Amino acid sequence: MIELKNVSKWYEKFKVLDNCSIKIEKSDVMVICGPSGSGKSTLIKCINGLEPFQEGEIFVDGTKVNDSKTNLNHLRSKIGMVFQNFELYPHMNVLKNISLSQIKVLNRSKDEANEKSMKLLDRVGLKEHYSKFPAQLSGGQQQRVAIARALAMDPIAMLFDEPTSALDPEMINEVLDVMIELAQDGMTMAVVTHEMGFARKVADKILFMDEGRIEETADKSNFFNNPQSDRTRLFLSKILTH
Amino acid sequence: MILENFDFAVITGSIPFLWKGLQVSFYLTFLALIGGIIFGTILALMRVSNFKILSFISMTYVNFLRSMPLILVIFWFFFLVPLVIGRPIGGFYSAVIAFTMFEAAYYSEIIRAGLSSVSRNQISAARATGLSYSQSMIYIILPQAFRNMVPILLTQAVILFQDTSLVYVVSLRDFMTTTVIVAQSQSRLVEMYLFAAIVYFIICFAFSFMIKKLQNKRLAS
Repeated sequence: MIELKNVSKWYEKFKVLDNCSIKIEKSDVMVICGPSGSGKSTLIKCINGLEPFQEGEIFVDGTKVNDSKTNLNHLRSKIGMVFQNFELYPHMNVLKNISLSQIKVLNRSKDEANEKSMKLLDRVGLKEHYSKFPAQLSGGQQQRVAIARALAMDPIAMLFDEPTSALDPEMINEVLDVMIELAQDGMTMAVVTHEMGFARKVADKILFMDEGRIEETADKSNFFNNPQSDRTRLFLSKILTH
Repeated sequence: MILENFDFAVITGSIPFLWKGLQVSFYLTFLALIGGIIFGTILALMRVSNFKILSFISMTYVNFLRSMPLILVIFWFFFLVPLVIGRPIGGFYSAVIAFTMFEAAYYSEIIRAGLSSVSRNQISAARATGLSYSQSMIYIILPQAFRNMVPILLTQAVILFQDTSLVYVVSLRDFMTTTVIVAQSQSRLVEMYLFAAIVYFIICFAFSFMIKKLQNKRLAS
């Protein structure tokens, strides 16, 4: 479904991604972790072409991302993305946030789009908030709306860029619950997160990054019980102590 | 008392004539404001675009116009526009064009600042759902940018209203020109210029006051 082959990226002279290769199969959940500044967010933003890269290839559902002939807008409409700071449109209410791209990109009618939006709002437990503006919602609620906005496009895969790291602790679970449900429904997901509880529960593969390199890619049980790289062991010992 | 020598009846007698002039000032301000914001938005979008040539053209235009005295720009278009299109279009429309072109240079800088006040992640979020660059600009970035810019755009509109008095140099009968005509024909310079000052003050002060109220309301919310 998603394949990265030897992807490298530089900001000026600084190498942010160093020869990264990943393969995510359909319905797989890949959790990407690592210290901040290791290139995790940059890596997943390359998948939908939000970040350009200089070397390597990325394929999504058979389509090459870094090809000038590829219609990136069309490709992006099929890949949902959820951001660290939610990035809801502050000048639109919740319903319009979710319906806009359905209408403008998928050419759904307004009624059709709103109906779909309401269904998804119901699914993330926010049906009664449809007419509110983002500023009137809590962080956890905003992030659930953002997930609904991404799902409204009927994506074939979802990318999550630290979806819970800007949230107050008591709101993290309401967002993770939605994500866990998605994973169990068979959504293909790439999730940048430090929530190891989430990883233990639903990840098929876990990838550890450091300084732009993929240090380790492993099945869940191997990753936690038998990490191969010293760097991974050190990282795990630091985040799993409590 | 010094006021005894003054005859303020000259004002009441010429109210209809002056009112016509004031309407011209308002109308000119309104059209130049709309034109300036539209053209200014285009210039700002050119400036932030990835096409170097568009960015360069916009930058050159803005820097050039901002280095010109307004009065020269007004003269310029008054003589230039008829030459270009081959027939006279009158003082009013040449003034509308001159003010639009001139104000656009200033508005574009304001709008550019407004665009950069919107988080870059907003455009990432919009584009991630498949919206094109122009759709993201139209539905997501520009509306937020304009909301942030409303007070400063309105402040600039007050300055524009004052600046329209310069059309006196091409004999367009705006409020300033009609005041001068009355003052000179009736030989009542002091009364008329005093009156003009009061009118400009009331309008501009009231408008600025409203802008401040609006700003406070936004800060409170």
